[in-house]
Amino acid sequence: MSAAAVSLSPRAGLVRLWQRHPNIIIGAAMVGFALFVAIAAPWLAGADPQTIAPFNRLEAPGADFWFGGDLVGRDVFSRTIYGARISLAVGLGVAVGGITLGLVVGLMSGFVRWVDQILMRIMDGLMAIPSILLAVALISLTGASLKNVIIAISIAEIPRVARLVRSVVLSLKERPYVEAAITSGTPFILILWRHVLPNTLAPLLIQGTYIFASAILTEAILSFIGAGTPPSTPSWGNIIAEGRTVFSIAPHIVLFPGLALSFTVLGVNLLGDGLRDIFDPRYVSRK
Amino acid sequence: MTNILRVGDLVKHFTIGGGVLDRVFGKPAKVIRAVDGVSFDISAGETLGLVGESGCGKSTVGRSILRLHEPTAGSIMLDGREVSKASQHALRPLRQHLQVVFQDPFASLNPRRTVGQSVAEPIANFGLAKDAELRAEVESLFVRVGLRGDQIDRYPHEFSGGQRQRIGIARALGTKPKLIILDEPVSALDVSVQAQVINLLVDLQQEFGLAYLFIAHDLAVVQHISARVAVMYLGRIVEIADKKSLFEKPHHPYTKALLSAVPSIDPDAASKRIVLSGDIPSPANPPSGCRFRTRCPIAQAICAEQEPPLQSQAAGHDAACHFAGPGPLLAS
Repeated sequence: MSAAAVSLSPRAGLVRLWQRHPNIIIGAAMVGFALFVAIAAPWLAGADPQTIAPFNRLEAPGADFWFGGDLVGRDVFSRTIYGARISLAVGLGVAVGGITLGLVVGLMSGFVRWVDQILMRIMDGLMAIPSILLAVALISLTGASLKNVIIAISIAEIPRVARLVRSVVLSLKERPYVEAAITSGTPFILILWRHVLPNTLAPLLIQGTYIFASAILTEAILSFIGAGTPPSTPSWGNIIAEGRTVFSIAPHIVLFPGLALSFTVLGVNLLGDGLRDIFDPRYVSRK
Repeated sequence: MTNILRVGDLVKHFTIGGGVLDRVFGKPAKVIRAVDGVSFDISAGETLGLVGESGCGKSTVGRSILRLHEPTAGSIMLDGREVSKASQHALRPLRQHLQVVFQDPFASLNPRRTVGQSVAEPIANFGLAKDAELRAEVESLFVRVGLRGDQIDRYPHEFSGGQRQRIGIARALGTKPKLIILDEPVSALDVSVQAQVINLLVDLQQEFGLAYLFIAHDLAVVQHISARVAVMYLGRIVEIADKKSLFEKPHHPYTKALLSAVPSIDPDAASKRIVLSGDIPSPANPPSGCRFRTRCPIAQAICAEQEPPLQSQAAGHDAACHFAGPGPLLAS
């Protein structure tokens, strides 16, 4: 009832959001642009990203080749645009996969003590291994493919999500309303669903944006060192890796995918910062 | 009268430390003896006040009865059935008869659920009502605790502290319990609101024949609502008696000190006040013999050697002190 009285028109809402949290709008616009490019890649790219044209080797950026040509004359513009697909797929896939698995682990360890002892020691073990190394090891076991890259990076992200969820659960478990639910005979699953899960969503959403950003970077690093997606699939990481050897004579091969990478990661981080500002209770009280 | 609750020799120790590193370095785990042998019973429809300083274990007693803590030892019989050792599965049907109202009205309702949903939850859990019937039941509970039936679709933040405490009471009433644990239900409220909530609790008790375990640190609050009062100190009950007997003829020096601290409109009262020196000792390392001796104005040598048992001083009046007596407290 009060919602109807307070609610402003959507446009006024956006203006207010812009004034209070410009980060969210800027970040969302940047991520939205990257998503659009990834989805519309076949129409935007113009040239085929795989076509080899020896005459265009190391071609400098110009009217025909906006981002120039690479080592074997493939169109860097087209490859960069198709690369967005891989990067965003990895970012989204890892954010969803890592959060889902981490949520399950975190909820279980927060609520069941003996499970906590076991799961958290496993998480400690996972965290002790640098995530890149862990991903490299997992990919070398399973073989390089987009799916395996997503799975490998997701596994490396589980401990961080699990710890976050566990700490939220531990603090919620002591809240009187959760205790009241326990003493009024609410089944365990319903307590999780009704009283615990809704309160973990805000921090998880924020964490999700950071995972998204770091997964894009991790994928780029994996591709750069040759452990990521197969070289035939353009990803920002492997375009940069290929261009590295000729950086001094053709810096554009590294430059453009690098800019695309920075742009996307910056956008996701801005979005995450903005969301954190909104959900953080310290900011809520200022309204 | 039948006993709705019988607590026998309840013990709750918390272990602190004792992790892997502590074991490696041979550091023994610390045991906090929060509740150390507490016995009492509550008759159907009766109110037992449980008072003591913060940290004396009074809330732990309540939480152990609710099985929010697993008791270390002792028995808790609710309506003739053992609560302390029941499995979670066996416990569930018992929970219908045992409800709780917490101290903090702001934290005891889920901010993301309407107050009606919160009140309906226990009723729905035990399948006592459904759909329209459930809604009508929740509305009537709201009216019964002094709110309006049309308020059930609001969220907790739209209510004041006193109103939220009424909602908490409505939630506890829903399953038609026999015993409600009131864990400092009015401590967080304004004095004027305290009186309203206590009067509501008294009315509800008469209407539904509820038994209360009323946990408080304020004797004045307990005096109004309780039939009997138990005074706790450092994990033990030091005195338990009918309200009248306890307030008029306290036998234990601690109770006498507590009573002397209750504000009075008698201008001479301040001069009679017994001021206890020192802090409550750590429950990790309680004093030998009588636990109160370190702060007791009449402690003797025997108090450090022998722990005084809780024994009958008069009809229905037990106290645990070597020098228990109804007379005024004279410092030795």
